[in-house]
Amino acid sequence: MPAVASAGVSSAADAMHLVDYADPAAVKQVPTRNGFGTGLIEAGERDANVVAICADLSESVRMEAFKKRFPDRYIAIGVAEQLLVAMAAGLASAGKIPFIASYAMFNPGRSWEQVRTTMALNETNVKIAGAHAGVSVGPDGATHQAIEDIAIMRVIPKMIVVVPCDANQTKKATLAVAETFGPTYLRFGRAESAVITTEDTPFELGKAQTFRDGGDVAIVACGILVYTALIAADELAKDGIQCRVVNNHTIKPMDEPAIVAAAADCGAVVTVEEHQVAGGMGSRVAEILAEKQPVPIEFIGVRDRFGQSGSPQELIEEYGMGTSAIVAAAKRALARKRAR
Amino acid sequence: MGSLAPERLTELEAHANDVRQGIIRSLVAAGSGHSAGSLDMADVFAALYFHVMRHDPKRPDWAERDRLLLSCGHIAPVRYSAMAYAGYFPVEELLTLRKFGTRLQGHPERVSLPALETTSGPLGEGLAQGTGMALAAKLDHADWRVYVVTSDGEHQCGLHWEAMMTAAKFKLDNLTCIIDRNFIQIDGSTEDIMPLEPLAGKYRAFNWHVIECDGNDMTALVAAFDEAKSVKGKPQVIVANTVPGKGVSFMEGDYLWHGKPPKKDEADVALRELLAAREKIGAGRG
Repeated sequence: MPAVASAGVSSAADAMHLVDYADPAAVKQVPTRNGFGTGLIEAGERDANVVAICADLSESVRMEAFKKRFPDRYIAIGVAEQLLVAMAAGLASAGKIPFIASYAMFNPGRSWEQVRTTMALNETNVKIAGAHAGVSVGPDGATHQAIEDIAIMRVIPKMIVVVPCDANQTKKATLAVAETFGPTYLRFGRAESAVITTEDTPFELGKAQTFRDGGDVAIVACGILVYTALIAADELAKDGIQCRVVNNHTIKPMDEPAIVAAAADCGAVVTVEEHQVAGGMGSRVAEILAEKQPVPIEFIGVRDRFGQSGSPQELIEEYGMGTSAIVAAAKRALARKRAR
Repeated sequence: MGSLAPERLTELEAHANDVRQGIIRSLVAAGSGHSAGSLDMADVFAALYFHVMRHDPKRPDWAERDRLLLSCGHIAPVRYSAMAYAGYFPVEELLTLRKFGTRLQGHPERVSLPALETTSGPLGEGLAQGTGMALAAKLDHADWRVYVVTSDGEHQCGLHWEAMMTAAKFKLDNLTCIIDRNFIQIDGSTEDIMPLEPLAGKYRAFNWHVIECDGNDMTALVAAFDEAKSVKGKPQVIVANTVPGKGVSFMEGDYLWHGKPPKKDEADVALRELLAAREKIGAGRG
């Protein structure tokens, strides 16, 4: 395959120590939840106050290894997601750093008011680990596919909301949130997904990352679709359209300067997330840009529908979040920019 | 244990009377708020702040303090009043209740006033947080205790029962739940709205140690707290049978006083009654 990457592409990828993501053979497939599992163990080793509480899903949310390594700091409470939050708030009040895990649909899906009152308003240092987020949960279907969770978390004052892009970054994000005081929602997924970052890729909460340089359109993505955005950008480059790809992993507090700069430099934006378009990461980007740097924006995400059973890839395509949808959105954004 | 010296009893009853006066004064100044439950829990809060708990008003962040959580945050006036008389802040600050800029928010906010331990008001959440705190104390091998004051009405919330199971599972004998069993909630009698009885039996079935007492009798309350502290291996519940509005004759037993404050003239009558009662405290007991 001929190299299509411009010098700018490789310099951004190099600076971020990304793998050669354009080469399928170089890209490992690992669920982001695995990164949470390994990160949690390391967080537990670094700080004896880290405790893990699980609502009956220890294996699938990857708390099993922590349970074996730190049995005294693993708390099983059964199927009780409201308790998960409120009890963790009590533990945090007494100095613990509780990570609480279940599927995102129930945690924080079932416990919103407890999150607002006992975590955010009460300013407790609880870390929600929302597993199985997005339609990429796959066969379990709509009841278990959280696609509203970013919206309901980001509207709560003081909440930190993080959606890492791959398993490596999920590990780093887990460690970072353990060391950062504040009520936090960490979102990750079930499906095997591309590992594009490496051990050397930096990670800082609240600091968006440019994974690809380009001046025509800025693609601002989060979660496992960052990889899809990079692949779409390579596709667009074949048509001579150079996209900046921003890994916008911290939804709140969002890196406003980076978002404004991307919009200012490129003049058009596409947001990409495995979530409802309404209220999600892209909505926050639009709020920022409407006030500070109005440019044409196209949104990639689920449009006011529920999920369904299927394979992750089938569902990503069905809900308009695949490579071709991103390519089309970027072209629309570019056309709108040029028509101004 | 179980034997309270007469002069100590007199002191505690006087404190409870002070707390009731503080409730009336703050509620009439606020112009809104919950009267009945605040008044009927004055004895419990006086017992906790002036006898039962290990705490220091000058060091609200003392790591070894006992934790008191008010789950039914709407009766905040009783807690604020007890805290003021215990020395956490000036009694006159009670008159700022529910006003702009106050630390005494309409429902308790820990960030405004850290000694509150939690932010509360949304019902059914206190025991869950108390369970977390009590478990943290166990993990740290600390000997401080957790007290959670709940309303009977909030026992209709599912989360509370999740916490009941959990406290028993972890054998949290450092956790005491107190129920303001006054049989009223906003819409009427608890037994009409959603029956709770047999409430004590439900706690027994959940493997709790159950103590039932007259929640407006200081001697009985102190004995109940003493018994609770002596229990090993189980969380304890004190079902405090109270008379809503206790201490103010025209409010006693009337659910309509659940969610409203006295007007100025009503408050004057209430305060006169309380002052008269205050003069009688200890009389005849030497």
